[in-house]
Amino acid sequence: MDLAELLKSLSEASGVSGYETMPADLIAERWLPMADEVRKDALGNVIAFKKGKGHGKLLLAAHIDEIGLMVKKIDDNGFIRFATVGGFDFRTLVAQEVTVHGREKLRGVIGAKPPHLQSPSEQKKAYEKDEFYIDVGLKKEKVEELVRVGDIITINREVQKLSGNRYAGKSFDDRACVVMLTACLERLTEVHHNLDVYLVATVQEEVGTRGAAVSAYSVNPDLAIAVDVCHGEFPGVRADRGFGLGKGPVISMGPDTHPKILEKLKEVADEAKIPYQLEASTSARGTDAWSIQIARNGVACALVSLPLRYMHTSVETLDLADIKEGGRLLAEFALKADREFVEGLPCF
Amino acid sequence: MFLKELSEARGVSSREHEVRDLIREYITPHVDEVFNDSLGNLYGVKGKDKPGPKVMLAAHMDEVGLMITTIEKNGLLRFQPVGGIDPRVLVSKPVYIGKDKVVGVIGAKAIHLQRPEERTQVLGFDDLYIDIGAVDDDSAKKLVKPGDVATFATSFGEMGDLVVGKAFDDRAGCTALVELTKLEFNCPVYFVFTVQEEVGLRGAGPAAYRVGPDVCLVLEGTTASDVAGTDEEGYSTTVGAGPAVSVMDRSVIAHPKVVGRLFRLAEEHGVPIQNKRTITGGTDAGAISLSREGVPTAPIAVPCRYIHSPVTVMSKSDLEHMIKLVELFVHDIADKGVDFE
Amino acid sequence: MKELLKKLTQACGPSGSEQCIREIIKSELPNYETRTDALGNLIVEKKGPKSKIMFSAHMDEIGIIVTHIDKEGFLRFDFIGGVNPFYLPGERVQFQNGTLGVIGVEKLDKIADLQKSNLYIDIGVESKEEAMKLVKIGDTACFTSPFIDLGNRLVSKAMDNRVACALLIKLMQELPETDNHIVAVFTVQEEVGLRGAKTAAYGIDPDYGLAIDVTATGDTPKAMTMDVSLGKGAAIKVKDNSLLAHPYVKDKLVELAEANNIPYQMEVLEFGGTDAGAIHLNREGVPSGVISVPTRYVHSRSEMVDVRDLDAALALAKAFAKVDLK
Repeated sequence: MDLAELLKSLSEASGVSGYETMPADLIAERWLPMADEVRKDALGNVIAFKKGKGHGKLLLAAHIDEIGLMVKKIDDNGFIRFATVGGFDFRTLVAQEVTVHGREKLRGVIGAKPPHLQSPSEQKKAYEKDEFYIDVGLKKEKVEELVRVGDIITINREVQKLSGNRYAGKSFDDRACVVMLTACLERLTEVHHNLDVYLVATVQEEVGTRGAAVSAYSVNPDLAIAVDVCHGEFPGVRADRGFGLGKGPVISMGPDTHPKILEKLKEVADEAKIPYQLEASTSARGTDAWSIQIARNGVACALVSLPLRYMHTSVETLDLADIKEGGRLLAEFALKADREFVEGLPCF
Repeated sequence: MFLKELSEARGVSSREHEVRDLIREYITPHVDEVFNDSLGNLYGVKGKDKPGPKVMLAAHMDEVGLMITTIEKNGLLRFQPVGGIDPRVLVSKPVYIGKDKVVGVIGAKAIHLQRPEERTQVLGFDDLYIDIGAVDDDSAKKLVKPGDVATFATSFGEMGDLVVGKAFDDRAGCTALVELTKLEFNCPVYFVFTVQEEVGLRGAGPAAYRVGPDVCLVLEGTTASDVAGTDEEGYSTTVGAGPAVSVMDRSVIAHPKVVGRLFRLAEEHGVPIQNKRTITGGTDAGAISLSREGVPTAPIAVPCRYIHSPVTVMSKSDLEHMIKLVELFVHDIADKGVDFE
Repeated sequence: MKELLKKLTQACGPSGSEQCIREIIKSELPNYETRTDALGNLIVEKKGPKSKIMFSAHMDEIGIIVTHIDKEGFLRFDFIGGVNPFYLPGERVQFQNGTLGVIGVEKLDKIADLQKSNLYIDIGVESKEEAMKLVKIGDTACFTSPFIDLGNRLVSKAMDNRVACALLIKLMQELPETDNHIVAVFTVQEEVGLRGAKTAAYGIDPDYGLAIDVTATGDTPKAMTMDVSLGKGAAIKVKDNSLLAHPYVKDKLVELAEANNIPYQMEVLEFGGTDAGAIHLNREGVPSGVISVPTRYVHSRSEMVDVRDLDAALALAKAFAKVDLK
């Protein structure tokens, strides 16, 4: 399975925060032949260990959970009222097809009042959270046989191949970066790399970087690189907030980044002619780096990001070249960062 | 006292180098061991093998500042805050950027050019620019780059009975901690200078995890609003009335026995002390108190007016009294133990 | 159960000042050795060779803290935990030392403008000096409201979370035979950020976590959309803002409820958190869940629970305590 196929199968898998089994099993199976050991921890994080020359322990993290919905009540007409798991722009849910994971998988649609029945002023307002419901085409009694409060609901979206190297789909945040980790692992099988590498497909990032916290505690690395998505440039998005697609992975400069790791990443990228962009970040919030950095005695961290347009919608858009270059960058780092580098991390 | 040098040293969260180097220089002759961890926290250890409870005293090295995010074609710089800054304090102030202290000013449209309704609007971060005098982006890029951080260009000075400067939060705490390293105690003491407090109490948790103390005091600079326009109940703390001890804030409920002890010692030895009378804000105590199985902790602070702005104002006597009270506390701990249920 | 609940809810223990509650709980468990940790969590253990399960119920309630005493002896205060200012005008408070007071409000043009800073406490004195004989800055108080028995339904302040304390006490008093290692923790400072549970979990290092706490309901007029109701049984939590219940624990609770004919309902809460939020992120991760007691009017002076739900919750907790876990 090549990277584009992996991206598709991961994206289309159902794995809402807290219920990541399907994509987790998929990636564990993909990593198993390439790693020395693959295990799952108590919360479901997939942790692969790829032995290097023992110069130090590097943790690479990308989260495998996606945002999704959850049944909160079945009303008298059989319509399903739902809660969100992770952050949603409700405007993107109107007229969206979904799958309700009850005793069976049920196909459903998030309804919208037809324009014919709306007053002009109604049409000018965005839909509000409380107005939404899912129609599965069944009467209440039948729905209650098949669905219960707490069942997970996922967004239906097939990956769309766009022109060039670009793809659109759901859950590229952050499964595209799990693909990047896979690209890195593939490269690591071909070289004798200095660092021992723990690749972690983390769970529950979307609800508070929870999987990262416990996996960092358990792995107890010397250093870590979190890999997540960042915003792609788009009209109306300020120049410092959006990055070019196809221009290479983005390396963060900010409180989430150890200055020496930043320099080393730039150095290995320049040497291996890997294109990259730099992002000035004022806080470590919002990615797995937030939790990893403060695990136990503290972990020297960095954040590498994949530019993505339309984040948290079902048509997140990326350039596959950025995934490949990102994978190369991570592998080069694991290859070249050595014992002296690792020992120098606490020197300020 | 090192307050002037520490106040003028530049160390925005995650870029604390200058402050760290200065402190390391000051404390090395007075402690047994000095080291860093990979987040940049600085540790000074004294009396590691002495019997008695392990005491941790902490102060954070970082200050709030600005980070350059992009350089516009016209040579002006866009920026975002690092830590909590009210954008209203920024207009018309000078700043120093980067290692080379490139000078910039935060300008705004002249009042003559504004419509009446514009004059009542708050200028937010998206409306402000730093001007370093560059004619275009190419010449700007020779001097600064995105990711560089800027500090307020404030010089330390005496002002009436008080002193004015930037970053008394928490260079006041750092100064106190440096002075305390000169003293001798009968129990192990860990002097910890933390990083990145202003962006989420980041350095303190891992530091406490590493040290594993039995008790901790966090030395801070805190808000004082004993000024015109504030009702007495909103003062929080009063400048000149002594160090302020928090019973509670958003990050921690100070351990009652630590707080009680501080008040008792203050009374016994005639050291002025006050309650911090608001419960907003947070300090490293929040992260430290929840480390491992929990650490009895309390924040003690020098009252500072206009905190997180270019011109903070405090009293040197409050700082001296804070140092005295912390000294008494550590001696008392070494003498009588931690005694928490 | 009713008497125990009355005793617990009427005691005063806002976050950080849980000592009263701790003493009551200790007195209810004379057959156990108890210990108290650095933050004040009360820990009770029944050792065993199999799975170590940490049960938790928080002792603290929401309340207020005095920040200022003015010249006339009126007190200004701030909130401890999630207090709704609109519930406060005319409310009564009680300090740890027994001093009572009333909450008054400054003159407002529109009640909708009400904010915390418009409120003050009147303890009935005539000067600052008199006030200072009774209270000082930093003192904490809880809201007072008598316990009412309506038959199946009980009303009081602090059902959140004394109802769970009562259940956990009963669990330990009536603990079934089991090889599991049961640790019951009566935690502190949950209302201000799940703090006691975090450090307690670190010290205990459990294999499984089970918090007992209250949850809201959707069964009152024009209520929020939520499928939890009073009297329909123990609520098994699926999610709240602090936790996605571990599927193994959640499914095990459902399995036990069905096998033992315990009435239950599934709970999705779109806000809030419980101790399990802190426990499940301990060290390398701890599979955790929550048994919730449906409660109307949470964080008001008149929280209402149903005894049938309490019985169901206790039965479910007992079943979980003795079940074989992987």
